[in-house]
Amino acid sequence: MTRDATVTLALLVQAARLTLVTLLLTGLAYPLLVTGLAQLLFSSRASGSLVEDAKGRVVGSELVGQGFTAPGYLWPRPSAAGEKGWDPLASGGSNLGPTSAKLRARVQADVERLQKENPAAPGPVPAELVTSSGSGLDPHLSPAAARWQAPRIASARGLALERILAVIDEATEGRDLGFLGEPRVNVLLVNLAFDHRFGASPRPAPPGATGAEGR
Amino acid sequence: MSTAAILQAIAFVAVIALLTRPLGAYLYRVYEARPPFPATLGRLERLCYRLSGVDPSTEQGWVAYAVSLLLFSALSMLGTYAILRAQAGLPWNPQGFAGVAPDLAFNTAASFTTNTNWQSYSGESTMSYLSQSAGLAWHNFTSAAAGMGVALALARGLTRHGGPDSPRTLGNFWVDLTRSIVYVLLPSSLLIALFFASQGVLQTLAPSLELTTLEGVKQVLALGPVASQEVIKQLGTNGGGFFNANSAHPFENPTPLTNFIQVVMIFVIPAALTWTYGRMARSQRQGWALFGAMLALFLAGYGVITWAEHRPNPALAGLAVDQSAGNMEGKEVRFGVDATALFATATTDASCGAVNGMHDSFNPLGGLVPLVNIQLGEVIFGGVGAGLYGILVFVILTVFIAGLMVGRTPELLGKKIEPREMKLATIYILIFPLLVLPLTAWAAVSPAAGAVANAGPHGLSELLYAFTSGAGNNGSAFAGLDATKPFWTIGLGVDMLLGRFFMLLPALAIAGSMVGKRAVEPGPGTFPTDGWLFGALLVAVILVVGALTWFPALTLGPIVEHYLAGAGKVF
Repeated sequence: MTRDATVTLALLVQAARLTLVTLLLTGLAYPLLVTGLAQLLFSSRASGSLVEDAKGRVVGSELVGQGFTAPGYLWPRPSAAGEKGWDPLASGGSNLGPTSAKLRARVQADVERLQKENPAAPGPVPAELVTSSGSGLDPHLSPAAARWQAPRIASARGLALERILAVIDEATEGRDLGFLGEPRVNVLLVNLAFDHRFGASPRPAPPGATGAEGR
Repeated sequence: MSTAAILQAIAFVAVIALLTRPLGAYLYRVYEARPPFPATLGRLERLCYRLSGVDPSTEQGWVAYAVSLLLFSALSMLGTYAILRAQAGLPWNPQGFAGVAPDLAFNTAASFTTNTNWQSYSGESTMSYLSQSAGLAWHNFTSAAAGMGVALALARGLTRHGGPDSPRTLGNFWVDLTRSIVYVLLPSSLLIALFFASQGVLQTLAPSLELTTLEGVKQVLALGPVASQEVIKQLGTNGGGFFNANSAHPFENPTPLTNFIQVVMIFVIPAALTWTYGRMARSQRQGWALFGAMLALFLAGYGVITWAEHRPNPALAGLAVDQSAGNMEGKEVRFGVDATALFATATTDASCGAVNGMHDSFNPLGGLVPLVNIQLGEVIFGGVGAGLYGILVFVILTVFIAGLMVGRTPELLGKKIEPREMKLATIYILIFPLLVLPLTAWAAVSPAAGAVANAGPHGLSELLYAFTSGAGNNGSAFAGLDATKPFWTIGLGVDMLLGRFFMLLPALAIAGSMVGKRAVEPGPGTFPTDGWLFGALLVAVILVVGALTWFPALTLGPIVEHYLAGAGKVF
């Protein structure tokens, strides 16, 4: 064998052995160690930040959005995750561009529907209520988009508008450290707070009656 | 620009600038002096050498360094291909996913080996936990470490005292690889992963969880060991998300605070490497000149995206929608425009490619910036390692052009730049457009490429972005492609491999030819490479090369789309 071939062969053996060593170290030992420590120290956060209702039933994750269609609940943004939206097995955005006719048609339909279903809402529809998020699982609304829906929720629950607004304002989180990200309201937590304060919402409309669960 | 956007930029730049020196000094100690923590990390390092039969005291010339890197990349790519194909029979597959199809497994293995992390699959519905951790996150460590190795080798080639008697070696690839993992990537990933887990990033081996929502609908939560992968995906400028939605997914990036840290993690090592380079060059000003040039280009990109995305989405013009929050299609409420703009700028300045919002839905000029950032060569801090060797190639080009202007033989750090280095630098710079432009043209006419989701100029932008992202080893996407078609899986796989290795090999060859050159003392006619003037010239060269190469293609994509959108046109 020539000297070059011998050297290359030696390098090949080293490459193969280091491939295995790094695989064991960074591909197996490291994730197992992180899993062990994370479960030990931050079990509930590391396991999905699950939320229970008053009866102790798991109704979702604080971090992952879900669809709401009943008029007595806050409605989330449109979701592009999966066929019907809000499918955590198919996260993602619409990927519709800024000159997309499809996007325009979708938004136009949502605007008309929302205006019809929110006759007492103040002003034009806040953008987030007709735009889908990047994840399709956005758990939040801006305070403005939540307050915009308050008249509908108040009339569905037969309550004064102020009481609904008070719950929303209480649940509003500011920017992180005062300047990172945006102020926001967690839709699931607010809806749980509504149920907790005012009793369960009237049952949702039958599936398909409104489009709020889908696009 | 809003106050929050400005505060965010100030805080970000301050954090990066403050970390650059200490981390840069730490990196210098790890690679070029006596590594720290001998009793713990040192023991782990020595164990790695013992298990792999590596003698850390030997050094390699550029050819042996390159061969080692290629062999390691080839074997680890095969390893991932095998894991993905066989995942059905391997452990940690609670959802019982089938083996990944051959062309998709090739595409994915190539993607992660090249530090691209282009994803033609959805993690939550395709990859077992073992495939994610061992098949993919493994490469997040090794491909980043390999990139750091090439950067160090080139820096050594430029800064070592050459001469007739000096050895023409550039270090040892195995040592650089091992040290990058053991001293840098692994310990920091471990700590930050735990912090992320405390903020709500998942870290569990439990199977998906089925629950009933408040309104009585079934919802299945995809779970998994996310945090451990999330941190190295950012820190190694890899970018491949555990979930399809990447860092937009609340289980990957739950709060604006985790988001800020994720963006810091993209830049922190590339920024620190400029300091390490200055230390190796025995002149910190050399490093800060690079840092300054990068910072200027970063701020320009951030400014444009923030401005563009605060404007309303033109497709919604005239509808009864309050767009005061800016263009929110594809963005998360918790991040809004500012935090999405910061992430999008950094992820494409570097070769990261993670996203916290969908670039495809950006306004035309907002989407132009990520594309241009990649096309400038990802030298704005750039990938871990890849950013430094990329900008050093531009430094050589700049020195050459400056030399032509004043009529002197160009020098860098006292070493002459000669035709061989210039040829290699030219290859490095040309290979990128030579891959991207013909492949994009082919995709635009070939029926095998399938349809794009968006019609009109935006469709062309989607094709251009895909091959740019692939060859640039970025991995972010405009999406909208039928990416599981063999045209894309194979085409992008080849695009990524050629983009990675045909840029990295010329960089190593330059290192090999520079290392033996004797450095002469600077004279009165020497063009200094460490001041504002040089930084400005470097920025100008990067922009001119980028503009000459890409402007025609960009005109047909995002630029014409901007004007059509302004005229109220939709497709």
